[in-house]
Amino acid sequence: MHTLEIRDLVVALTETPDKPIVKGVSLTIKSGEVHAVMGPNGTGKSTLSKAIAGHPDYTITSGDVFLDGKSVLEMEPDERARAGIFLAFQYPSEIPGVSIANFLRAAVQARLGEGEDLDAVAYYKNLYAKMDMLKIDRKFTSRAVNEGFSGGEKKRCEILQMAMLEPSFALMDETDSGLDIDALKIVAEGVNQLRGPKLGVLLITHYQRLLNHIVPDYVHVMYDGRIVKSGDKNLAIELEAKGYDWVKDIAVPAMS
Amino acid sequence: MTASASTLPQWWLDTRAAAWDRYNAAPAPSRADERWRFSDVAGITLDGLAIEPAALSDSEILALKTKAQGALSPFRATLKHAASLSFINNRLSHSASLPGELTAKGVIFCPIEEAIEKYPQHIQTYLQKHDVALGSEKFTALNTALTTSGALLYVPKNVVVELPLILEHIATDDDACVYPHTLVILEDNARATLIEYFASAEPGARHFASGVNDLHAGAGAQLTYIGAQSWSSNTLAFQTNSIVAQRDARVTSLNVHLGGRQARHESHSRLQGPGAHSEMLALTIATGAQQFDQRTLQTHQAPHTSSNLLYKNALLDTAKTIFSGLIIVEPDAQKTDAYQSNRNLMLSDAAESNSLPGLEIQANDVRCTHGATSARIPAEQEFYLQSRGIDPAQAHELLVAGFFEEVLNKLENEELHAVLASLLQTKFKK
Repeated sequence: MHTLEIRDLVVALTETPDKPIVKGVSLTIKSGEVHAVMGPNGTGKSTLSKAIAGHPDYTITSGDVFLDGKSVLEMEPDERARAGIFLAFQYPSEIPGVSIANFLRAAVQARLGEGEDLDAVAYYKNLYAKMDMLKIDRKFTSRAVNEGFSGGEKKRCEILQMAMLEPSFALMDETDSGLDIDALKIVAEGVNQLRGPKLGVLLITHYQRLLNHIVPDYVHVMYDGRIVKSGDKNLAIELEAKGYDWVKDIAVPAMS
Repeated sequence: MTASASTLPQWWLDTRAAAWDRYNAAPAPSRADERWRFSDVAGITLDGLAIEPAALSDSEILALKTKAQGALSPFRATLKHAASLSFINNRLSHSASLPGELTAKGVIFCPIEEAIEKYPQHIQTYLQKHDVALGSEKFTALNTALTTSGALLYVPKNVVVELPLILEHIATDDDACVYPHTLVILEDNARATLIEYFASAEPGARHFASGVNDLHAGAGAQLTYIGAQSWSSNTLAFQTNSIVAQRDARVTSLNVHLGGRQARHESHSRLQGPGAHSEMLALTIATGAQQFDQRTLQTHQAPHTSSNLLYKNALLDTAKTIFSGLIIVEPDAQKTDAYQSNRNLMLSDAAESNSLPGLEIQANDVRCTHGATSARIPAEQEFYLQSRGIDPAQAHELLVAGFFEEVLNKLENEELHAVLASLLQTKFKK
């Protein structure tokens, strides 16, 4: 059982530390739980996930993030990843010339102890099993990471990485953006397959439609850098019916 | 100058004596010479080196050969190959002969001194008939004067050698000097792959190397040449490479530069018959305070010829690279298609890359382009790798490997591709 606790987190762009984007967010995720964070564009949802992962463009000016009670703020992004935090990118980077197989191999190797060598046979066996589970063609492994991928392929590649690296917590940043409904279903199916008692998920999305396919345990509505309302999956449905203007109305008393 | 073997023919002794005189007469490199622009000429000193390899006793030679066994190249150790020759401090230390079916077809792969005695016609017709003349003539002359190592590869008309041939040159003990000299002659429609590996037996020993190779591809011939050097961190190395391609010949040359304190490589392609093509490739990983100096010339002498140069450097620490390349299109070489590209991946702000691309076009219906770039790793790429748990050093290694893939993908032999990729990785393990 693991816990990811976000406490009073304030985040700004590193360039402009005096202009916070996330303005005090508190949220606790436990293994096995799926938390959806919804909200209009520019409200700080993506910033929240990138700051937790340690993106250098963002600076945490106050508050803290604890993984099993230990602050991650002094940890480099690669240390946070090895500790069990996985960021599924909204816009995954292209890595020219580096095949998916080699890339994932380096990531798996990085999780082994000093002097411990990767068992290549076991690695490929595991990789192919995960690819079969996610219905990904094996030819995919020799392609350079995200290079020339369609939007759907990029997101499936993210899910494959998540499946291989087996994080304790996955921060999924707008995983549904840029996907048509078929691609969205495939990606959602992948996430559902990885769901289980060992994984906690923070699912960031602008659209309720993703939550039809990945049903969350909790829904949080974010507006202007704060969580203004929390509830269960019905909150997402209510939000879909009433629209984000409704959030603005509830945000005003919350701020006053 | 001392003659190393009394059995050598007089014409060769004369050639060597003349080269020795040229070496002594030639001035030391100067930055006033355009061909040495940006080079650290002060680092080019042969003081204290045993320039002329000393005569050795039988027991000393035996000790050398024992040492050579520990310096086996990754190519010979892992690649299927047709034959191999190894030299340590200019002396033959290993040979694995060609299979009988190839010798029966007239293929020759033998040490250069044996070739001088047995096949003087090949040596006299081809050896250094086309100079490189990009600045290192003094050191090329020294090679001719003193070489005892290297090989002749001769492939007769229409003969295909499927498996690669491997040549190894090892330097050992402080202040050793080595002079590899390789001559490749592919007659019309012949095909072969030659891999040449240069290394030091000790990672920190002071060595000097001046290597020369002459590559000749007859009409329709296909030659792949791989040169990979992993000299010690205290080696001063020169290598000059001449490529001549006749009608419809195709030559692919890939030079991999890993070692050396200061290493200079010069390569000159001459496209002499219509349809000839030269693919000139190089990969360099420059670390510490290493300096790599690469000078190239693509000379188009016949119509409908093409050449494609792609030199990629990865620079770390305070390393320095120089690339200076020129494309010359002679007046008769209409419909030339020539490309030249130098790409530098900067992994350190303190590293320095210099690019001097150039064109000299004397024909009016040609396509010639060149480009040079120096770029850092995009921060987003670096973060992406780190977000997967890969530490920055490992991330750099992976990105450099990815950067080089474009070049390695041009090799048809996948086994060779894999060996080169893992050889490149060893640079990060040191």
